[in-house]
Amino acid sequence: MYRELKWKIPVILAVVLGSVWLAYPLKEKISLGLDLQGGMHLLLEVKVEKAVEASLERLADDIKRDVANEDLELDRIKTLHDERRVNIRMVDKLDLPPVKKILDGYPFFSLASEDADGLGLVYQLSADQVERIEQNAVSQGLETIRNRVDQFGVSEPTIQSQGERRILVQLPGIKDPERAINLIGKTARLEFKLLDEEHSLEQALAGKVPDGSEILYQRIVNKESGEVTKESFLVKKRTVLTGETLTAAEVRFDPDFNEPYVALSFNSVGAMIFQQVTRENIKKRLAIVLDGNVHSAPVIQDEIPGGRAQITGRFTSEEARDLAIILRAGALPAPVVILENRTVGPSLGKDSIAKGITSIIYGSILVVVFIVIYYKWSGVIAVTALFLNIVLLAGALAYFGAALTLPGIAGIILTVGMAIDANVLVFERIREEVRIGKTVRAAIDAGFAKAFRTIVDANITTFIAAVVLFQFGTGPIKGFAITLCIGIAASMFTAVFVSRTIFDATMNRRKLDKLSI
Amino acid sequence: MKIIDTETNFDFMGKIKMTLAISGLVILIGLGSIALSGGLKFGIDFSGGTLVQMQFKTPPDIEVIRDGLKTIALGESTIQEFGSKRDILIRVQRSEEKLEAVGSKVRNSLGEKFNKEDITIERVEMVGPKVGRDLREKAMLSILYAIIGIVIYISWRFELQYAIAAIIALIHDVLVTIGAFSIFDKEFTLVIVAAFLAIIGYSLNDTIVVFDRIRENLRRQGKNTLAQTINASINQTLSRTLLTSGTTLMVVVALFFFGGEIIHDFSFALLIGVLVGTYSSIFIASVFLVYWDSRR
Repeated sequence: MYRELKWKIPVILAVVLGSVWLAYPLKEKISLGLDLQGGMHLLLEVKVEKAVEASLERLADDIKRDVANEDLELDRIKTLHDERRVNIRMVDKLDLPPVKKILDGYPFFSLASEDADGLGLVYQLSADQVERIEQNAVSQGLETIRNRVDQFGVSEPTIQSQGERRILVQLPGIKDPERAINLIGKTARLEFKLLDEEHSLEQALAGKVPDGSEILYQRIVNKESGEVTKESFLVKKRTVLTGETLTAAEVRFDPDFNEPYVALSFNSVGAMIFQQVTRENIKKRLAIVLDGNVHSAPVIQDEIPGGRAQITGRFTSEEARDLAIILRAGALPAPVVILENRTVGPSLGKDSIAKGITSIIYGSILVVVFIVIYYKWSGVIAVTALFLNIVLLAGALAYFGAALTLPGIAGIILTVGMAIDANVLVFERIREEVRIGKTVRAAIDAGFAKAFRTIVDANITTFIAAVVLFQFGTGPIKGFAITLCIGIAASMFTAVFVSRTIFDATMNRRKLDKLSI
Repeated sequence: MKIIDTETNFDFMGKIKMTLAISGLVILIGLGSIALSGGLKFGIDFSGGTLVQMQFKTPPDIEVIRDGLKTIALGESTIQEFGSKRDILIRVQRSEEKLEAVGSKVRNSLGEKFNKEDITIERVEMVGPKVGRDLREKAMLSILYAIIGIVIYISWRFELQYAIAAIIALIHDVLVTIGAFSIFDKEFTLVIVAAFLAIIGYSLNDTIVVFDRIRENLRRQGKNTLAQTINASINQTLSRTLLTSGTTLMVVVALFFFGGEIIHDFSFALLIGVLVGTYSSIFIASVFLVYWDSRR
């Protein structure tokens, strides 16, 4: 047994020193969960069906264009969103075969049925394509959001997809959650649309909206009172240019008023369209529409070559900066909605840490005092093992990179209470063995041997519960499960192996005939 | 030092009828309370909804807050103090899918009555109904999986009837704790489910220590009846059971009093769980071992 000590003591020292090395300094090595350091947890759902609808509309536009190019006349083309179909109606029966031929060039569409009167065709978007669009919407959305967050400048964000349609975003330490939500969640679909100045806005507001036009609003927020007023515009439905052709968006300052604005640059295709539109519509107004809201509707003064434009508005420089970021990062392919939002402010997190540590200290003092009074010298050994247990726990948390959460702190506290259990089991056994007249050495041997199996059985059941908890939990709860698992494993090591070694080592020096237990 | 005398020999088995009656009564009261309050009270994690925790510079009047909130039509809301008079917790049934931040919406609604600068939004939690449903399902499954895993382990290490007795004790503990939650009008949240799983683990820990001793004693049972052996085993492990429960209770009590409002309910669940878990491993689990045996 004394020979065993020669390897046991170095092993214990190595494990303890390793843990200290891993976990020191605590502030740098152990990451805190969102609930302790403050931050935002957002679960978003991508409205993939919107991406499918948009795609369907685009295809319908393409078909319309192709048909027109062939000098064929369509009565109308209607998209059926729910069925993912388009219904094409013709004026002349003779046009049917050539239209069919055009549609043969669309591999995603298959002929679903023909109207009985021989004037209509119904095409179905293939399920494969729908799935592809949906997957794309999520993966592109993820990329776009990552892009935005990177440009916003958050340290160590987590952005990942969850399940088929969900995106999880975690932003630790964020100061202005509202701003972050706007930045992440805005679809940011930028469109340029001409105002319909041939028809009257009043009549449209009264319900007579002309074909091919729609009413859009500008939200004007009064900075002082927070009051929101709406200004309405009658704009043409046709989008002349979208944000897809953007190559850059930057914040600039108007030298005269020192007001921020967002300067846009288009690629060559966009520049060409923009030049053409501005040339053909001088003195008319062009609405800049973001996510269906009019941002501004300036009058086109002159033809604008070179693909440059600017969005002005009553921006704060922060708003202008955020707008530039989302325009640069690009639009989300489909809108997102918030399914879950958990935001903790930094002061609450600090408060939680302080309270958690207070509870650990008070709880530990109670346990330590009690155990030392109850078991005397053996109690000191148990307390030493307990202390090492916490050191190991800290080391393991650092090693696994597991974040410490508030329930995690509770897990540590619970571990303190339960870790002492293994020692109690052993000590009670030793007392029993002493009572039946065994020598100190024999009692210790028997006590450890008999208690060992009980300790394993009892701890494994708790371990099973903790593992299940880990599987099921999110965020803070996972933190609890991890500390519980590690705590159990560490307590087996410290309470059985370390305590035993201390017993052996101390008995090695003094020949004890009475045990302090 | 000793808390239990070495020669102690309580007749636990003789008190079976009384303890079963007590347990049954406590569970019935708990279930009655649940029935009276129309089912379990789920927190926003499971039912969906929004929770906003705010700190005011000076203690606000809750009625004034209620008036302010009416202007934004959040639907049914509860407003309560949270730990101190300056900390206020607002809970709303509805969850907002739109991007508008609920926290600042609430703060703005109070702009007329209070100085906005004096209000800090400490915490906002919004859970949509879909996620709530998912979480509820997951929570149920996790408890089920934990129980299945434990039954398998105990049946392997002991025998099936031990596993069943342990599970009965465990269900007893969970029922009592759920009842206590209903009586004290506390909500079920994700964190509480975590506490329940911890209780399950803890309660079994205790039970298994007793079982282990029973198994050991059965090997040299001699002329004793099973009931006598079990009674002796409980007595032999009694001081350990009480000691471990004692130390665990000490830390849980520390957590309950010093851990802060956010994990107050969590520590409450643990507190009840540890007490009941200790009781059940002495009085409930073993009873069913005897009962099982007497039927064979």
